[in-house]
Amino acid sequence: MKINQKIKTENLNLYYGNFHALKNINISIPSQEITAIIGPSGCGKSTLLRCFNRMNDLIENVKIEGRVIIEGENILSENTNLIQLRRNVGMVFQRPNVFNASIYDNLNFGIKIHRLIKERREVEKVIEKSLKDVGLWDELKDNLHTKNARALTLEQQQRLCIARVIILKPNIILLDEPCSTLDPISTTKIEELLQVLKKDYTIVIVTHNMQQAARVSYWCGFMLLGELVEFARTKKIFTNPSDDRTENYITGRFG
Amino acid sequence: MIEQKIILQEDLDNIKRRKIMDRHFDEELTELKKKLTRTANLVREMISTSICALKERKEELMDFVLESEEKINMAQIEIDDEALKLIALRQPAASDLRLIVSVMKINSELERMADLAVNIVERSKELLKEPPLKPLIDLPRMAEIAQEMLDNTLKAFLNKDAEASRKVCSTDDIVDNLNDQIFRELLTYMLQDPKNINRAIKLILVARYLERIADHATNIAEDVYYIVKGKDIRHHIEDNKSL
Repeated sequence: MKINQKIKTENLNLYYGNFHALKNINISIPSQEITAIIGPSGCGKSTLLRCFNRMNDLIENVKIEGRVIIEGENILSENTNLIQLRRNVGMVFQRPNVFNASIYDNLNFGIKIHRLIKERREVEKVIEKSLKDVGLWDELKDNLHTKNARALTLEQQQRLCIARVIILKPNIILLDEPCSTLDPISTTKIEELLQVLKKDYTIVIVTHNMQQAARVSYWCGFMLLGELVEFARTKKIFTNPSDDRTENYITGRFG
Repeated sequence: MIEQKIILQEDLDNIKRRKIMDRHFDEELTELKKKLTRTANLVREMISTSICALKERKEELMDFVLESEEKINMAQIEIDDEALKLIALRQPAASDLRLIVSVMKINSELERMADLAVNIVERSKELLKEPPLKPLIDLPRMAEIAQEMLDNTLKAFLNKDAEASRKVCSTDDIVDNLNDQIFRELLTYMLQDPKNINRAIKLILVARYLERIADHATNIAEDVYYIVKGKDIRHHIEDNKSL
């Protein structure tokens, strides 16, 4: 099966001190699809996700071996421009992490940091587009400058975080349990949004909600104890997994 | 950093301690399988009784088949209902999902088989009004093979035996051949004397019903194969289809 791959890891190993958290991971994540990584707590799925934009660099005592190739470049190399990398590979976290500022300033922040656009009218256009892309424009257009982002609902905050990522025009969006603090209706709305976004972005989502992985993703990886046990089409993982450990996990026999 | 390491180590210990759990869900699945097996056994009895009643010309046996149909109909609804409930409440995946979906399909096949047994009885009752056309040899043989197919499928279902279910599928040809043979034989009776036509046609229909019963048994065997292996062998597509 030919996959147009966006992210590829080769013999990726990661240690937190003596703890071997990722064991020889070889994964190819296809372009412009949603890929889900599932597995029980502590299996290394978030650690793997954080390797894709070098967020693990921020933790002390981390040792990484192997290669992570994004768009042909090994991003683990010392020459990697981390600012550029994290702009290209955006990340959305479990809890919405909006800044204590207006909606407008939240979105303008990245534009200013990266010095993307100087023209104020142009900035407004880009902000409007990003809010439209995440389905927040109609709700918020009248209070962009007056409303503090923290006053939004959790779902709106999470959408705003996604808008803040896509305003920087990344190619890849990483989501680490993006719906775990949201109620089912808000979760459905975020999932709908992901389906819209996938045509423009490569999306990798880490979730311990298996139904969510089944609903939103086209490819799915199952991790256990730092190993990538199985990586296949989501349909196959949920109807006929090849590995008994995957079968036991998704049928709720452990985990 | 130290704090994070401790958390990870704890998680690791937890995962290692997690063995394969017993699930309440397993009991529900076992119960569903039991219900299906009970239905299948009754259907099997209906088929054997219908042919025995025709051969021995015993009307009271025929009535047993007619009375059983209602039980099968009720069981069909009950099993479908139970399977739907499990899908809605348990959100099954992988082998659990394959089992439940296949149980629903097998359930329909069994109900159709019971209907065919009733059809055999209906023709038999009509045949009782006239003297026998000929001693029945091949029809009971056909019925026996069809029943064996159902038997073996059920065993394969209960033992999760994919190979046994595949063998059932290959038996279907024998039944098809017998059906053709019976047709040819009865054709000669009809050519001999037009008075035979009424009875011969009814016997041809009975053979046709048995042939259909064997087809349903084959379908069930294919479902069993899917439950066990996760591969669809219907219409011989497995060779050119990759998931």
